[in-house]
Amino acid sequence: MKAIRTVLLVASFVFAAAAASAQTGQLEVHDAWARATPGKSNIGAAYLTIRSPTADRLVAASTPIAQKAELHTMEMSGMVMKMRPIAGIDIPAGQKVTLAPGGMHIMLVGLKEPLKAGQSFPLTLNFAKAGTRTVDVAVERVGAVGPAATTQH
Amino acid sequence: MDGDAPRGSTYSAPQRPRPQLVLAAALLGGLMILGAGAFVALELHDSGRGAEGTLLSAAIGGPFKLIDQNGHTVTNTDLEGKWLLVYFGYTHCPDACPTALNNMALALSDLGAEKSEVRPVFITIDPQRDTAPVMKDYVSAFDAPILALTGSDAAIAQAAKEYRVYYAKHPEPGGDYSMDHTSIIYVMDPKGRFTASFSGEDPPDQIAARLKKLLA
Repeated sequence: MKAIRTVLLVASFVFAAAAASAQTGQLEVHDAWARATPGKSNIGAAYLTIRSPTADRLVAASTPIAQKAELHTMEMSGMVMKMRPIAGIDIPAGQKVTLAPGGMHIMLVGLKEPLKAGQSFPLTLNFAKAGTRTVDVAVERVGAVGPAATTQH
Repeated sequence: MDGDAPRGSTYSAPQRPRPQLVLAAALLGGLMILGAGAFVALELHDSGRGAEGTLLSAAIGGPFKLIDQNGHTVTNTDLEGKWLLVYFGYTHCPDACPTALNNMALALSDLGAEKSEVRPVFITIDPQRDTAPVMKDYVSAFDAPILALTGSDAAIAQAAKEYRVYYAKHPEPGGDYSMDHTSIIYVMDPKGRFTASFSGEDPPDQIAARLKKLLA
């Protein structure tokens, strides 16, 4: 009897965990890239694309290669560029959210070393519902406008 | 009406204008207005928002005295004789400034031999952090011989004022700050006159095509 109860208990945990991962497991982060940083500049920006079947929110980011990773917007007001930290980035259900030059980015503050083209580094993203995702960010040349894999089309 | 005609003088009754003529005149007038509009539009498009002689050309650009990346003093008159691409920004700018400077560099490489007639200039609006050595290091990462200029707060304020560039420090938590700033690439002719402008995000091939026309 006790053994059966244990099995049931374990089974229900497994079921609950499986259900949870089915619900949130499909949030995907891809095409993560950053520009090489000019000179000894200790700041950089990372860009990526997020898609989630259910609504979520990117609330924080971190990387071992920089002191801080902040979520930022960049807005043009007239011809004036304004960059502002933001508390989170909403990911609407089923919609692709792309962080790209001229818009939102993850600002890397206090880089321990300049980013060099050809390198890559890990970036951990915290989502309100999906938890954390760690992606590999490819470093492209200083003037890249997109991830290498998608710049050709 | 007839009674108003002076006596003794020949008088012909006013003729009703022929409808065809009215139509033709209206059409002609309309075409002339359209034509003039198109001419003005083409003219503006071709020679920049502030063609020589317009208000804008008089308003943008002027005297400055700054320090280049090697520590040498540079004034606006030192730069006469070449076309200039002038961009104001700062090195702690992760997105807009590298985009603009790289677009300038790529546009110059598109120009081929003519690129020697154009000098890219990067003026910091964050002199507190952007000293000459910092600027030297920064611009060396771009594939163009960018002249990087810094200076005292007052000298930078003066240069920015001449170019109608807005900038402001935006404090961030933790004591850091970012800079709000006008993101425009100005084209100055060899006499230091404002000739055209691009946004920092205009594609390099468009910038190059326009420069080719201006240099021709």
